[in-house]
Amino acid sequence: MEEVQLGEEDIDKATEVAPALISVHPFEKSVVVALGSELRVFDLEGDCSISLSDDSGGPGHSDSIRAICFDASGRLFASAGDDKLVKIWMADSWCCIRIVCADKRVSAVAISHDGSFVVFADKFGVVWVVSLDGDGESQALCAKKPMPILGHYCSIITTLKFSPDGRFVASADRDFKIRVTIFPRDPLKGAHEIQSFCLGHTDFVSCLAFVCPSDYPLGFLLSGSGDSTVRLWDFSSGCLLATCEVGNMALESNETDKGNHPAVTDISSSADGALIVVSIQSFHGVMLLNCNFSAKSLSVAKVVSMKGSYVPTSLCVSSLAKHLWTVMGASNQPSSGTTQLARVRVCSISRQDGEDDLLVLEDNDTPGGEKLLSKLQGSSDVTEIESMLVSTTSALNSAIHNLLTKKQYSSEKREFRKKNRNDRKQKQ
Amino acid sequence: MLNNNEKAHHNGQSSRLPRKRFYRARAHSNPLSDSHFPIPISPSEVDYAQHFPHFFPPEMCDQDKCDAPIPKVRFADIGCGFGGLLVSLSTLFPDALMIGMELRDKVSEYVKERILALRASNPGQYENISVVRTNSMKYIPNYFEKGQLSKMFFLFPDPHFKEKNHRRRVISIQLLDEYAYALEVGGIIYTITDVEELGDWMRTCLENHPLFEAIPEEELEADPVVELLTSATEEGQKVARNGGQTFKAIFRRIAFKE
Repeated sequence: MEEVQLGEEDIDKATEVAPALISVHPFEKSVVVALGSELRVFDLEGDCSISLSDDSGGPGHSDSIRAICFDASGRLFASAGDDKLVKIWMADSWCCIRIVCADKRVSAVAISHDGSFVVFADKFGVVWVVSLDGDGESQALCAKKPMPILGHYCSIITTLKFSPDGRFVASADRDFKIRVTIFPRDPLKGAHEIQSFCLGHTDFVSCLAFVCPSDYPLGFLLSGSGDSTVRLWDFSSGCLLATCEVGNMALESNETDKGNHPAVTDISSSADGALIVVSIQSFHGVMLLNCNFSAKSLSVAKVVSMKGSYVPTSLCVSSLAKHLWTVMGASNQPSSGTTQLARVRVCSISRQDGEDDLLVLEDNDTPGGEKLLSKLQGSSDVTEIESMLVSTTSALNSAIHNLLTKKQYSSEKREFRKKNRNDRKQKQ
Repeated sequence: MLNNNEKAHHNGQSSRLPRKRFYRARAHSNPLSDSHFPIPISPSEVDYAQHFPHFFPPEMCDQDKCDAPIPKVRFADIGCGFGGLLVSLSTLFPDALMIGMELRDKVSEYVKERILALRASNPGQYENISVVRTNSMKYIPNYFEKGQLSKMFFLFPDPHFKEKNHRRRVISIQLLDEYAYALEVGGIIYTITDVEELGDWMRTCLENHPLFEAIPEEELEADPVVELLTSATEEGQKVARNGGQTFKAIFRRIAFKE
């Protein structure tokens, strides 16, 4: 057949991997790792691992989990992913109280500050809302169904975050856009009033974090991107306040990588912005940023390297800001046993002279100790995990590339693709 | 207006109006595909001085001391096609900067040439219109600041009949959020089509959107722009020639109230 895809690198389904995610309860009562379709929960208060009970009848997640989060009060937890399901859990009993079916794969999820709404975004750029209030039988059917509230025109939404005061919801997409929308009192009717667009990134935006320093009650927005910068925004005007180039630092301390624009993969911060941590593609460790809010400057304060080819895929700091939790792992990786393996590392946060510092904890000093690690990692055999993780970095890099980086076609290739459009094929 | 052709002769070849037959283009373009043309990172990156040299005298660009406010684009014709409306509006509102946005490369090239030719043959006129090649469904916020525009035009957009393709329509509840962002409160959005189904769709979207309200009929009659929607555009003239019907929906941007 002539229509064989000449010179087209099709994305191999098998190479599509999802990075492991970590989320810690706002008051460090529990910590959750999502790896592939599996949720692993460890109760830090009770010092025991938790097996999830799914009362609502449906199965657990059947495909890669792409987004997890706690709500601000720590009452609820939400998970969502490629199986087009959003599951909402009670964060104390770990019962699933709600399963929401989405039309498309879900790429981001967030819970409103009062815990009454869950918003999630799909791969087509639409953000949906479901109400959690009045979960009785009297509830109208329409309130049970997710309602679209806003849309990024046909662009994968990478992350959703609520502002510290809960008035705004920020959404970022692979088209370098950050949209800050007023979250209305009745979001089921849609969130139509756009507060601002934060424009300045030159590649996909991968992560967002709101910070609220005590002198600036309105707060600021931080974003990390595929252009290997972290940027500070006045989100009420969309004004870019500071840009911090982190790619060069990552390359220096690492060896020069083929992709000379390592993407910022995750960002996490303490609520007051005194601690800002970012993880970077292919970078062994994390970077600590220093933000001077009055001078509107953002710079790299410290590079915290971690041994054993450890490139964190996800970061989380609780509201207590006692520990930085990090995880490295990916779904669909070869493993020796039946359980998928991930690596969890924890740093303790110490505050000196108003500046936060990080200290990488040894496994023995990790809160929860070996019990926690064997639950969240899938094994406590560090050497086994680390040998397995060597291949993970490159798999993750290509996954990010396939998912978020825009394909560049030469003009001949573009012509070729036009000739092979689907509507033409049928005529032949 | 075509008579300008004769007038243009003495200005030499370059000022002659471009001929449409050399700018044949597909009738449709996929707004969903990843764009491969350059896009400004933010509105401040757009070099409007290049588009409207007459409104940006060199002394203004050289010195920041200059007190005069930087003129801003006020009207946007989304999917301007061959630019008929822009050309008519230009003389009606000579002080307002307006820009056409067109996704099809060749068509935007044609409009560019047309404007240059008009400027050359009518010195001092048509300095307030320009065109950019862009996907306005994706990149409106990259060109305009919040509340910058006072008028937006969506004239004879692609109808996209199939339900599967409705998300390609240029008017939708979600895209109206972005248009409302670019429009100032009190700004007007003009839509017109010769396809009844699309006319209903656009009207329904606008009626259901909390940031827009319908403009009363008597007010529309007094608005000189309304008449141009049918008479000035190439598509409008085509419809009139064939004795077709048109369906307008003209709404005003209102403030957000909860």
